[in-house]
Amino acid sequence: MTLNRGRVRWQCRRALLELDLVFARFLERHFDHLTDDQLADLDDLLIVEDHDLWAMINGSQPVTNDRWKEMVDLLRAG
Amino acid sequence: MKVAKRTFDAVIVGAGGAGLRAALQLSEAGMKTAVLTKVFPTRSHTVAAQGGVAASLGNSTEDNWHWHMYDTVKGSDWLGDQDAIEFMVKKANEVVVELEHYGMPFDRTDNGKIYQRPFGGHSQNYGQTPVSRSCAAADRTGHAMLHALYQRNVRANTQFFVEWMAMDLIRNADGDVLGVTAMEMETGEVSIFHAKATIFATGGAGRIYYSSTNAFINTGDGVGMAARAGIPLEDMEFWQFHPTGVAGAGVLITEGVRGEGGILRNASGERFMERYAPNLKDLASRDVVSRAMTTEINEGRGCGSAKDHVLLDITHLSPETINKRLPGIREISIQFAGVDPIKALIPVVPTCHYQMGGIPTNYKGQVVVPKDGNSNVPIVGFYAAGECACASVHGANRLGTNSLLDLLVFGKAAGETVVSDFQSGQLKLQPLPEDAADVSLARIARLETQTGGEDVHEVRLEMQRVMQKHAGVFRFADVMKEGVTKIMEVAERAKRTQIKDKSKVWNTARTEALELDNLIEVAKATMVSAEARKESRGAHVRDDAIDCAETPNGRDDVNWLKHTLWYSQGNRLDYKPVNLQPMSADVEPIALAKRTY
Repeated sequence: MTLNRGRVRWQCRRALLELDLVFARFLERHFDHLTDDQLADLDDLLIVEDHDLWAMINGSQPVTNDRWKEMVDLLRAG
Repeated sequence: MKVAKRTFDAVIVGAGGAGLRAALQLSEAGMKTAVLTKVFPTRSHTVAAQGGVAASLGNSTEDNWHWHMYDTVKGSDWLGDQDAIEFMVKKANEVVVELEHYGMPFDRTDNGKIYQRPFGGHSQNYGQTPVSRSCAAADRTGHAMLHALYQRNVRANTQFFVEWMAMDLIRNADGDVLGVTAMEMETGEVSIFHAKATIFATGGAGRIYYSSTNAFINTGDGVGMAARAGIPLEDMEFWQFHPTGVAGAGVLITEGVRGEGGILRNASGERFMERYAPNLKDLASRDVVSRAMTTEINEGRGCGSAKDHVLLDITHLSPETINKRLPGIREISIQFAGVDPIKALIPVVPTCHYQMGGIPTNYKGQVVVPKDGNSNVPIVGFYAAGECACASVHGANRLGTNSLLDLLVFGKAAGETVVSDFQSGQLKLQPLPEDAADVSLARIARLETQTGGEDVHEVRLEMQRVMQKHAGVFRFADVMKEGVTKIMEVAERAKRTQIKDKSKVWNTARTEALELDNLIEVAKATMVSAEARKESRGAHVRDDAIDCAETPNGRDDVNWLKHTLWYSQGNRLDYKPVNLQPMSADVEPIALAKRTY
């Protein structure tokens, strides 16, 4: 199944401003260049609860799934 | 044009704390209930609430609802309606204990009771000493609350329409509300949600400001929809600014930082709060600190090349203290300010945090409007709760931890009112007007056909800049007057927004254009209401309001002890009295006094 990019883009809207700001930068710089596999990884990562996702991105919690690591790195890098 | 129609007993717009609490009441009473939400319920902005929920349980220190009521009325600078405030503080224990039964993991005392901690503005014995009134679940209170409520709703068979954007309120010729139109983001199709009752719980519109602590979803959708449908907005000039948002980003640096010894400094490194609040210094209340910071910036003592912020200094604290006592602050500072607070100072500005005004309601959650000489006539079929509503319990200034309480109490109250009206047979499914979806379809069609129009992001940015400059922390008569002209110009541009992507499926550009239609209504309401209020009260502080015996802190009770009502139609203002009478004979009215801490 191919993911709809628009749907994944919308799901980057989060409950916390911290994440909105990180994702805004990510959407501008990286989102359009993601391969289908990377998009699927991102889609999987977006299921994570906001506080945990923010903690993974800012490094205060470990990234608990290898599949998420590349996307978390891109989100961190800006 | 024919559009799909779905019929429910009730439709709720918004799935944050207020929407979920209301939905639970309806579904558990057996009502067929639809909840529309732009994002998955547990990604609503309620998740960001950390401080806790206020209730006079008295588990940690002696407490009672009379003291909580006094603090809330005083906090509101007497603009809050005392019947609604009495209702809220009396209901507090009940709604908190209910949440506990729903499985909310509150922090506990050693003997197993809900642990309570102190919070600014809450006191014992009518302002005498601080009280421990806030019930929290670590620093994830809002998150835990949403999860508990969502699970309970799933069990009660609430029907969720996730990633649906409500568009317009449907009213008939009598003004009764018959439901909403909404767009399913996945298909781009517009549907009618026809219902006996409609509850708005859409949260605030903090994104009208350039510097805001609010998430991007906080676009005031319900507030904008109500305004376009002819319903006035109440007290929109009152916005709470948090003193320490990261400059340029808005992300909140918690009050705890100053509690642990953080110091605010201006361009010359001076600890300027010593001049404004010699006793409390950096720990003075939010509005005092925000005004002091703004004065420093306005008088040229701001920092950075644009001299547009001040600095928060915690370099004198040990790295251990910062890491242990202020978790998350270092990460936020590094990520959004590019500085490590162990070594360098954090750039901060007062940042828009909370909308005190909103859709006018009574304490039952019914939306009320002036009609035939009565200021508060309920609109048949329409209810609102939470930050989008104005009950009014926060008046001109909200106390911390009263917002989670507000959404629980009035979410439940709106739900109870709807259930009661439903069971008595008062609520009926009224026939839809022929043109029920026409306004929404026309909005979509305009976006599809607009040429030579305006870019959504540019218009939104201009709106945010105007609001930040002309309706900020400190307000000046001429600046606000100019702001009214400017925001009306931006509103004209917002009518001609254009999007490049015309696709129907998951078109986020279109969603953002629709959100801007809501934001701009809130911005106009705020700017016009602020310009007109010729006094200082709570969060609305004018440079030209004089502090004297007749007008303490610039507050003019003779002329301005009244609620503002702004109508989008004609951009006009009206006013209605503040209810200074409590709901019951259990308590005397809290008499007007100067607000000092």
